[in-house]
Amino acid sequence: MKISRFGKPPNLGHPEIMNILRTEHLGYVVAGKVIVDDVSLSVARSEVLCLLGPSGSGKSSFLRMLNRLAEPTSGTVFLEEKDYRELAPRELRRRMGMMTQQAFLFPGTVAENVRFGPRQRGVVLGNEKVEELLRGVGLSGFAERGVASLSGGEAQRVSLARALANEPVVLLLDEPTSALDDQSKLEIESLIKQTVQARQLTRVMVTHDVAQARRMADRVALFRGGRVLNVGTVKEVLDETH
Amino acid sequence: MKPIDHQAVIGLTQAGIAGAAAIAVVLLAGMKKIHLEKDISIALVRGLVQIVAVGSVLAILLKGPRWTSGLMLAGMIVAAGNISARRAKKMPGAFAVSTWAIACGAGSVIALMTALRVIDTAITSLIPVGSMLIANAMNTNGLALNRLRSDVVSHVGQIETALALGAEPRESVAPYVQASSEASLIPAIDSMRSLGIVWIPGLMAGMLLSGAKPLHASMYQFVVLAMIFASSGITSLVSMTLIRAKIFTAAEQLVVRTSD
Repeated sequence: MKISRFGKPPNLGHPEIMNILRTEHLGYVVAGKVIVDDVSLSVARSEVLCLLGPSGSGKSSFLRMLNRLAEPTSGTVFLEEKDYRELAPRELRRRMGMMTQQAFLFPGTVAENVRFGPRQRGVVLGNEKVEELLRGVGLSGFAERGVASLSGGEAQRVSLARALANEPVVLLLDEPTSALDDQSKLEIESLIKQTVQARQLTRVMVTHDVAQARRMADRVALFRGGRVLNVGTVKEVLDETH
Repeated sequence: MKPIDHQAVIGLTQAGIAGAAAIAVVLLAGMKKIHLEKDISIALVRGLVQIVAVGSVLAILLKGPRWTSGLMLAGMIVAAGNISARRAKKMPGAFAVSTWAIACGAGSVIALMTALRVIDTAITSLIPVGSMLIANAMNTNGLALNRLRSDVVSHVGQIETALALGAEPRESVAPYVQASSEASLIPAIDSMRSLGIVWIPGLMAGMLLSGAKPLHASMYQFVVLAMIFASSGITSLVSMTLIRAKIFTAAEQLVVRTSD
């Protein structure tokens, strides 16, 4: 196993399993309206899958089903080849970190936010660990800052550090840069790439921005009307349809 | 017959004047784009019809056996649960939660105070005091559920972020449950705080008018307000505990997400 420069092995889960995440005929119907329709996708270890499509195409609902914030009305999800209904929701969500459009930081300090996830299972992160996580997202020395004083970009960095504090195996990203200005957007993209690659995390990222999908994705799944129209490498999907 | 007619005329005139004042407030609110017309109009007519009907029924029941008071109080609790639940539209299980919360809050205080002989078991005493406790518990419950619903809907992002980080549902809504519980008890706390300075409650005024000693009347009024506070507090706690379990699925997903 590769040892990282922090002296700690990256969280690889079960290395023998190639498809970390797999959905099987996943569907989501609300009040008779089909939001997600029979989506079967798989994501390999350390891969970045971008879900690309216009607003209302079902990509965010699909993402919310992956960590079971929304309950599929048909089909299921396999995490490391295990049906995720066999996992306790809290354990599933710990292993599937999430970053959303807004950071939704909790009132208090940056450190309190970073400690939130581990605290839920009785683990108290020490100051050094908090600082290490913050250094990883470029916020060294921010631990005792109040979250109210942070800029949008800084808040998203804290959100990333908070998600990583749980040591997830998959990171779900729901348009994490769409509320940011162009400069902050590029910085956060670069940060996600560096930080997450160092941990060999699998990523599923929702975006409606084709350019962002080109910059971030290994593969792209094109959503329209709740269905996946096409899935493949960036070149295969984007050069074929755009 | 003549004195009764005279009383009825006076009563109707007084109700008319009080109702006109309430309608004036509604019109004034309407001018300020606060639209309460439908709610208040229905509530006024409904309240008048109900209280006259209850007054008539009470006149008959007061002469009945004591056990009928238990039935009446139970009926009041169910009705209060129904009315209170409407303040929590689309909250799953709001009626059952409200009825249980009011039954626990008002019911336990009525039972305790009756057992300690603070409330007389005579229907003439038990029904008015019990109804006061139930009505206040109903208001507290309605306020708590209404506030919680509003807070949850406006903080879906924070709640789901907490869930996504592995928090228990209870932990994820804890700040909103606490705020709702506190807010629902503000009227009961303010009533107690302003007692005798800002207002002299109807019960005490009635006792004084019927010749009771002022000290006795004031002590009894304090006892009633303390009971109201206790029953409201229990109602709020039970209500929040029960509804917290209802707004999440077994898979720990938030059910109440939009204001629709």
